[in-house]
Amino acid sequence: MTISEPKPLEEILESVADEKKLFLIGCTDCATVVQVGGEPQLLEWKKTLEENGHEVTGYLVGEPGCHVLELKRQLREHQAELDAADGVVVFSCGTGAQVAVQALPKKRVHPGTNTLFLGSVQRFGQFEQLCSACGDCIIDMTLGICPVTRCAKGLLNGPCGGTSAEGKCEVNVEVDCAWKLIYDQLLAAGAVDRLKKIMAVKNSRPHPGKRVLARGGTK
Amino acid sequence: MSLRPHLQAGEFVVTAEVGPPKGTNIEGCLHEAEFFRGRVHGVNVTDIQAAAMRVGSMVICHLLKDKGLEPVLQMVCRDRNRLALQSDLLSAWVLGIENVLCLTGDYPTLGDHPGAKPVFDLDSVSLLQAAKGLNEGHDMMGNALDGKPDLCLGAVVTPGGNPVEMQIIKLEKKVEAGAEFIQTQAIYDVEQFAAFMDKVKHIKVPILAGIVLLKSAGMARYMNQNVAGVFVPDALVQKMAEAGKADKEAKAAGQKADNQVKTSIEIAADLIGKLKPLCQGIHLMPLGWDAQVPPILDAAGL
Repeated sequence: MTISEPKPLEEILESVADEKKLFLIGCTDCATVVQVGGEPQLLEWKKTLEENGHEVTGYLVGEPGCHVLELKRQLREHQAELDAADGVVVFSCGTGAQVAVQALPKKRVHPGTNTLFLGSVQRFGQFEQLCSACGDCIIDMTLGICPVTRCAKGLLNGPCGGTSAEGKCEVNVEVDCAWKLIYDQLLAAGAVDRLKKIMAVKNSRPHPGKRVLARGGTK
Repeated sequence: MSLRPHLQAGEFVVTAEVGPPKGTNIEGCLHEAEFFRGRVHGVNVTDIQAAAMRVGSMVICHLLKDKGLEPVLQMVCRDRNRLALQSDLLSAWVLGIENVLCLTGDYPTLGDHPGAKPVFDLDSVSLLQAAKGLNEGHDMMGNALDGKPDLCLGAVVTPGGNPVEMQIIKLEKKVEAGAEFIQTQAIYDVEQFAAFMDKVKHIKVPILAGIVLLKSAGMARYMNQNVAGVFVPDALVQKMAEAGKADKEAKAAGQKADNQVKTSIEIAADLIGKLKPLCQGIHLMPLGWDAQVPPILDAAGL
């Protein structure tokens, strides 16, 4: 799931200062779960923007907001509201905002959120980054804990000297040292020997230039 | 002369550290290193220590080499990717720098440019592997070099790390990757260090125990609370506190306030005496109190 947080109101107001009439886009998937771009949040933003001198011509909670063809189709049902709007604000994620740009090439589109990470839902309203989409998964070696993501330095061969006595990371004492977690996991599984093998350096671009994946039907 | 012959001959090896300045006035740093002349086998030069931007390690190493001191280039993985790290290792050798200490590096948020992009393309183990490869005449991709270095490679360990087994496994990997000597994080607890040395007796490369000069009781307490793997026993904190109190009184009476310096020297010399039978050397980190290094070595009989 893509985890985002709303941009500060001042920043949004500054970016739409020259556009009085606005159309808002959210998303039924991640942004709804994360509570940044579901229907309740869009209605809240509508109210806030109107209190700050803007007019909201309409809104759409995209199903989902990252699907270009779906979003185009759904937006057609809001054509009059879009025609009346000077600009569009997207309250989903960075992908959602850029998909809106692709779907509405003639509109000025503004991001309403900052996208933070790919995350898990630990419990309602609590998200944790476990994977950084590096394209070369090694968690089989560590029994399912990713050091690339969960060690601040992304170290592959064990901890730096910054593990506190309580097993926390010196970069952020709220966060567990990933290598302490891995070590404990391996210890419990009787597999500490796995740590002794030097890990090969990662290819930081395992799929050079790969920003597109075409699957099924395409060559 | 490189550190290597001293290490291989089984001598008790002494190294000490200087830190480059923040700014172009390097005279002070070079002057500090002069206190080490004739007293140490190698002078470590830190690499943007504590992630606070400053003059680079390589240029100070080069200047020390010109002055006839034996530099140890510290190299961290925080700021450079594998291209720059390998290139800098070759450059160091071209400048006559023969010793390199490979470290992970402090995280940028702990320094004075917290928004800097952390690189960590390699880690300390893979940096050692890369350096060893260069020594063998090839880069990380196996491409042949036209002329190769013969760097004496070092690594670090935190004997007070928790759990220490995790530190030891990484230390084993560093040795396998090419480390020829080890310098440790600051040691104050001799018993803990003795236990650590017992656990690593299968590791055959020389280990130099780290000594960070205590400057005050406040510094000791700060390290106990904030520096992972460093523990200053109460007795030493107490000694420094008493010296600090005496300095305060001396200052108020208009007298020379050197009790903390004297106590610091005494503690360091005493530690060296106790650590000497346990390991093959010491690495002094005076943190600006470089002038105290000769009296410490005198007191320790080195």
